[in-house]
Amino acid sequence: MSGYALNSTDWVVIGAGLLTIVWLNYYFFASTKASGLAAASDDGVQEITVVVEGGYTPSTVKAKVGQKLRIVFDRRETSSCSEEVTIPDFNVRTFLPAHEKTNVEITPQNAGVHEFACGMGMLHGKIIVTEQAAKSND
Amino acid sequence: MTEQIVIPVSGMTCAACQSRVQKTLGNVEGVDDASVNLMMGNATVSFDPAVTSPSTLVETIRDTGYSAELPSKETSTFAEQDARDNATLEEFLELKRKAIVSGIAGVVAMILSMPLMRANVSESMSGGADPFMQWTMRSFTPTLQRIAPWLYAISTTAISWFLLLLTLFVMTWAGRHFYTRAWAAFRHHAADMNTLVALGTGAAFVYSLLATVTPSFFVTHGVAPDVYYEAVVIIIALILTGNAFEARAKRQTSAALRSLAQLQPKTARVLRDGSEKDIAIAEVISGDLILVRPGERVPVDGTVESGESAIDESMLTGESMPVKKVVDDRVIGGTINRTGAFRFRATTLGADSVLAQIVKLMRDAQGSRAPIQALADKISSVFVPVVASIAILTFVVWFVVIHAGGGSGGEATVRGFATAVAVLIIACPCAMGLAVPTAVMVSTGRGATLGVLIKGGEALQRAGDVSTIVLDKTGTVTEGRPTVTDIIHAPQTASGATLSDRELIALVAALETSSEHPLAEAIVRYAKEQGIELGEPVEFQYLQGQGVSGTVGGSAVAVGNSQLMSTLATSDSSVRSSAQGSTSEALIAGLTEDADRLAGEGKTPMYVMVNDSVAGLVAVADAVRVTSSLAISKLRKMGLDVVMLTGDNERTAQAVAKQAGIRDVIAGVLPAGKVEEVRRLQQGGSVVAMVGDGVNDAPALAQADIGMAMGTGTDVAVEAADIALMRSDLDGVAQAIHLSRRTMRTMKQNLFWAFAYNVVGIPVAAGILYPVFGILLSPILASAAMAFSSVSVVANSLRLRALKPL
Repeated sequence: MSGYALNSTDWVVIGAGLLTIVWLNYYFFASTKASGLAAASDDGVQEITVVVEGGYTPSTVKAKVGQKLRIVFDRRETSSCSEEVTIPDFNVRTFLPAHEKTNVEITPQNAGVHEFACGMGMLHGKIIVTEQAAKSND
Repeated sequence: MTEQIVIPVSGMTCAACQSRVQKTLGNVEGVDDASVNLMMGNATVSFDPAVTSPSTLVETIRDTGYSAELPSKETSTFAEQDARDNATLEEFLELKRKAIVSGIAGVVAMILSMPLMRANVSESMSGGADPFMQWTMRSFTPTLQRIAPWLYAISTTAISWFLLLLTLFVMTWAGRHFYTRAWAAFRHHAADMNTLVALGTGAAFVYSLLATVTPSFFVTHGVAPDVYYEAVVIIIALILTGNAFEARAKRQTSAALRSLAQLQPKTARVLRDGSEKDIAIAEVISGDLILVRPGERVPVDGTVESGESAIDESMLTGESMPVKKVVDDRVIGGTINRTGAFRFRATTLGADSVLAQIVKLMRDAQGSRAPIQALADKISSVFVPVVASIAILTFVVWFVVIHAGGGSGGEATVRGFATAVAVLIIACPCAMGLAVPTAVMVSTGRGATLGVLIKGGEALQRAGDVSTIVLDKTGTVTEGRPTVTDIIHAPQTASGATLSDRELIALVAALETSSEHPLAEAIVRYAKEQGIELGEPVEFQYLQGQGVSGTVGGSAVAVGNSQLMSTLATSDSSVRSSAQGSTSEALIAGLTEDADRLAGEGKTPMYVMVNDSVAGLVAVADAVRVTSSLAISKLRKMGLDVVMLTGDNERTAQAVAKQAGIRDVIAGVLPAGKVEEVRRLQQGGSVVAMVGDGVNDAPALAQADIGMAMGTGTDVAVEAADIALMRSDLDGVAQAIHLSRRTMRTMKQNLFWAFAYNVVGIPVAAGILYPVFGILLSPILASAAMAFSSVSVVANSLRLRALKPL
């Protein structure tokens, strides 16, 4: 590499590039995402609304074990990416009409983390089921 | 506001029941009026929805001790299908419109860019980030100069500004969703294909914008103020075109499901209060009497009350011959009435109907995931950030290599920039996401048209790996409906008189009316079909494992095996006979050869004794389906081991197996033992598909790697089965395995293509071939490749639609 001499400009470009890459991966993989707690409604069902628009807001749903959980998916876009939501652990695959709210009901029987995703597996969210989720967070 | 609802109520047998339900309903708070119809078996309730609800009403009825169901939302299954269809159709039409407009804009942008290029190239500064475009434009420039010389007279600044506006229009109108969705995803710390397109085109646009607004800045740094507007517009146009093709192809993958859903008629002609009325299908209730004329579709499921006809059920079962329907036969909603007019009573409705269940099952299946997809899913979820990182790395490497190698900073920036954009644009996570699901969709749809309902991607994948097929005998290899096959007379009865066939059967069948054995039912049915009047048996006796005896019209009659004959011949006490004291061997001597022969044919011979002498033999057999041996030979040709499992004795089993062309037989297996046998085969390393009727052998179906239930065209929801065969013949088994194997092949091809495309495409776009071959990919070529990589995957899956049955 004798013909190559790195000057300060090169080092700046290299440094900036690496920093951007680090930030990018941190942002997409490691930084915390919004989470929401499913609140118990009058009929004893835990309910939470998840907005579907380029992703899920909140993307983490916390719920209590053994109680019916109703997730209201509020799809505010027409992008076909998000037209279906799946919760593989509960065999759920539901079509979400654009600009409508769609209820998905599951009853988690065991504590644990369950993933939910769009039909193509590009958008992700998770349901954290704990014994005492509602109380500890209230 | 009051609402009215009709709730089907069952279990009411008298007027007292009726008034009880009616009174209870009337006492519910919020109910204005309730009337219960005993004959129709329903309750019509007017209620205030603010105070009470249909489910409360149903609960109230149930509390009175009768069964009630909420009227199922008939439309939901089909309405949801409609909603999906409309969504995909709208998506396609919108994409198509946008693709066409931006395509035209792209051509305009390209033509207008030619004079710009000439101007810039003549300045002989570094540039040429897009060799493909340069080559194209250089080739067309002489033509353009001849056709439209005036273009070259316009100031390049004016053209640049016009292109800026044009690009802005395309980006904000046709390509707007790329940016809004990318931004929305970004806010959720997520990234998808839109992110890549937005980053790639956005970067190219910003660069061009700066070059247009402050060209002097570029010039002072030794860089030609090139603009890439045409690249931005063409990339958007190409990706939209790809998306439009993809949307159309995706729509085609669910065509089978759509046509199934469309089988559901919208109205039914019911007989109510003595007059015919056309009513919406949602208003039909269980118990309605419905009229169907030739050429019409049967609107709902039901049972024929009067009339007869031939019905085309091919859309549900794949059976091409119309099926004859007479009184008491079941008809299925969505099938076509061919020849006669008939009336039938509606039974299952709405979501419970066969068609709705098939549609739901199909949709669940089409949406299910195949395990083979897991890797693709994993890659998809990290794909975009990784590709963006590679793009940045590409820029850095190109910049440093050129700059440190003595090139100008401008040249280094331009080259690094173009390759980074190409990397962003060529990467295609969509092909990976589509590889498996589209194959599952097309294949389950194709299966349905062949009368094979595959309940999901996982079943599809496992069925492709099956090595051994285990067939239950009764009702699977055979018809499952024993019939009388032979009647043989003894050479000479003791009395010297010979009974006719009819007389013999009349005696036997009369005796057997008291028995519930399947063989007895076969004989009784046979006699009735022959129009024989049956007498009443008296002194009926059942001797376990031997047969039956009794008196019919004054004659002592016994039917059973040789053991029974011998018992009767030697015993004085059990039955009145045996005065002659002759041995059983002597009695049946003339018939043993026939009996052996019949048993060897897989039939069950029964001796008939009338008034102390053996009068003849009646043989009953569960006939091997005519389609079985062909289907089994197909399975063997596919390299599958075929094993028959039965509770029958070895001899009958072997005879049936021989007729069907099966070599491996496991006979004498108790129902509970079937599970064990399947497990034993699995432990021997076989991937087992068990084929049964889904009723008696549900545990064995569940134990097998693949359970196939051979239905009667109606039992689609057999729980234990992974695959439901709509037609009652084994051919479906071969078709299911064939389809699964081909589908797996398609999935593997798709996945390979999707992976290989990215694995090869991204490094090439990054310029890995440049040092040796001098090859660089232009962002425009990259966008074309990207747009059509996902289309090719869907197109490959669509080939399964044309799969020929074996």
